[in-house]
Amino acid sequence: MKLHEYQAKGVFADAGIPTPDSQLATSVDEAVDAGDALGYPVAVKAQVQVGGRGKAGGIEIATDADELRAAAENILGMDLKGYHVDRVLVESAVDFTNELYLGVTMDRGEGEPVAMVSSEGGVDIEEVAAETPEAIAREHVDPAFGMHSYQARKAVYEADIPRDVSRAVSSVLETLYDLWEANDASEAEINPLMVTDGGDVVAADAVMNVDDDALFRHPDLADMEEESYTDDLERKAGEYGFDYVRLSGNVGIIGNGAGLVMATLDLVDHYGGEPANFLDIGGGAKAERVANALDMVFSDPNVDSVVFNIFGGITRGDEVARGINEALSQFDEIPKPVVVRLAGTNASEGMEILDTSLVRVEETLEEAVQRAVDDAAEVTN
Amino acid sequence: MSVLVDADTRVVVQGITGGEGKFHAGQMIEYGTNVVAGAVPGKGGQDVDGVPVYDTVHEAVRKEDADASVVLVPPAFAADALFEALDTSLDLVVAITEGIPTQDMAKVNRRLRETDTHLVGPNCPGVITPGEAKLGILPGNIFAPGKVGLVSRSGTLTYQVVDNLTSRGIGQTTAIGIGGDPIIGTSFIDALELFEADEETEAVAMCGEIGGEDEEEAAEYIATQMDTPVAAFIAGRTAPPGKRMGHAGAIVSGSGTGTAESKIDALNAAGVPVGDTPEEVADHIEGYL
Repeated sequence: MKLHEYQAKGVFADAGIPTPDSQLATSVDEAVDAGDALGYPVAVKAQVQVGGRGKAGGIEIATDADELRAAAENILGMDLKGYHVDRVLVESAVDFTNELYLGVTMDRGEGEPVAMVSSEGGVDIEEVAAETPEAIAREHVDPAFGMHSYQARKAVYEADIPRDVSRAVSSVLETLYDLWEANDASEAEINPLMVTDGGDVVAADAVMNVDDDALFRHPDLADMEEESYTDDLERKAGEYGFDYVRLSGNVGIIGNGAGLVMATLDLVDHYGGEPANFLDIGGGAKAERVANALDMVFSDPNVDSVVFNIFGGITRGDEVARGINEALSQFDEIPKPVVVRLAGTNASEGMEILDTSLVRVEETLEEAVQRAVDDAAEVTN
Repeated sequence: MSVLVDADTRVVVQGITGGEGKFHAGQMIEYGTNVVAGAVPGKGGQDVDGVPVYDTVHEAVRKEDADASVVLVPPAFAADALFEALDTSLDLVVAITEGIPTQDMAKVNRRLRETDTHLVGPNCPGVITPGEAKLGILPGNIFAPGKVGLVSRSGTLTYQVVDNLTSRGIGQTTAIGIGGDPIIGTSFIDALELFEADEETEAVAMCGEIGGEDEEEAAEYIATQMDTPVAAFIAGRTAPPGKRMGHAGAIVSGSGTGTAESKIDALNAAGVPVGDTPEEVADHIEGYL
């Protein structure tokens, strides 16, 4: 789960990291009121959960109320990388001499947290990492102990942070690690951490992604989750609780288990078709869930055929067959041809139950995918 | 021969009184697995289908001489169950639970390094030596005893490839589902090392997927350390960058690491053929035998 900038800044500020004064606004008038209250200049920042907002026109600086009005009019309502902007953060602009980068994430290769510091902040840090990896100091942290103060200092010195703020920066890094850990974050980043004329440091941006699997112990953060889908189908998938990704093709794909569904997508491509979606019904799905999955895929107007690929382990073939029957029996005419391949736990029971007047059954994965690709091609032609 | 588990493996099931625990303990027993105990705090003294339940894993190990555990405990309590398992003398711990917080697993893995225990998973289907024992939720009937080792990040993809092998008469020594989470106990390399050292395993099928760099590291190991031939499948060739495809680990970063292409290139460079379909993987394996 990604937090909005204003939400992340709230978490950071509560932990003691300095952030600029700011107010959230959902209309142009609210934004102007916020600017008047904060004093100019201010930054107007689109609150969408994507990186690279600045380059995409989602951040503007305003030096008076007229400029602020124009900026808010530009940004509110814009479509930024597929997300609709319905609110902006109006924030006191910071005079800075330097922009730094601080981040904490999980190094999955090492299985350990890693804290990162760079004196080259304010830019796309992925680019810095790719082109000049030595410009980012990295310190791995033993998760049993958390970050020691010396580790924060070491990273800060290695990153050549200006000496007059090294103490302040290492203190922010320690706090960032602590809040990363305390909130079960997958990532916590400040880019840029601005060094002011007066020698203070201020988090001018804040990024925090929280591990979805840990939200059960952070109800306060879970409450911050907001529907930000622009795609109706993805919203529906969220309501049904499916792992779903919409793609650009016309062969609808439903399966159990991420690896098998991905393999089915790849096979559709291999046989000359184009996948319309990734939909994993997950382990142990009951009939109702299966029916919901069919409802989802039928709702996509791009879909011309559907392949159902189930290899039961914890999932049972008879439950799946019941779900398919239930979903299809409500139609006078099946909207799109459905091909089913059932294997594994209770597959033979499932085959007996499955109403083959509604679906076509294929024995192997390859045959099922080929059939669905052919069906889709027939519709297209 | 086999790796990790065989007919003598003495299994304790952590979470045996829960719905999943009870069902799958029964399935394991039906397969012939030597399930000797359950461990559930507060449920000591009960029994589940004749299997004695203890309050602690320690007690189960002491009283029943268990040497392996299967963890079927809900995610909120799973890390604690794993710490408990790692605090005993078990040789093997298989964690089936899906959805364990990543930071919990970082701490578990930190502890794991100080032990001699093999941890498989979490978020995995388990380990099976066909005809001898299965520890986990794999459907036993699709497996057959034989000479091919199998290691996979994905449960259902494991079943698919095994089905392709078994249906043409190719059996397996052991299949290890290592799981799709970002932090797991047994890596591809750990599993490949076990198969390389096993005299019965004549070929290995490896199923990987997008995300991370584990397959690339495995390719390096295969090229430099392995004599046993390997054939592979990589799921996620058509996955768009930046989208999470179900598994926590199955995400291609925008910067191009962890793509199917980079994994396939690395494996090909190590002399490992990568099938376009699971059937093609079985073709390659057949060619090795």
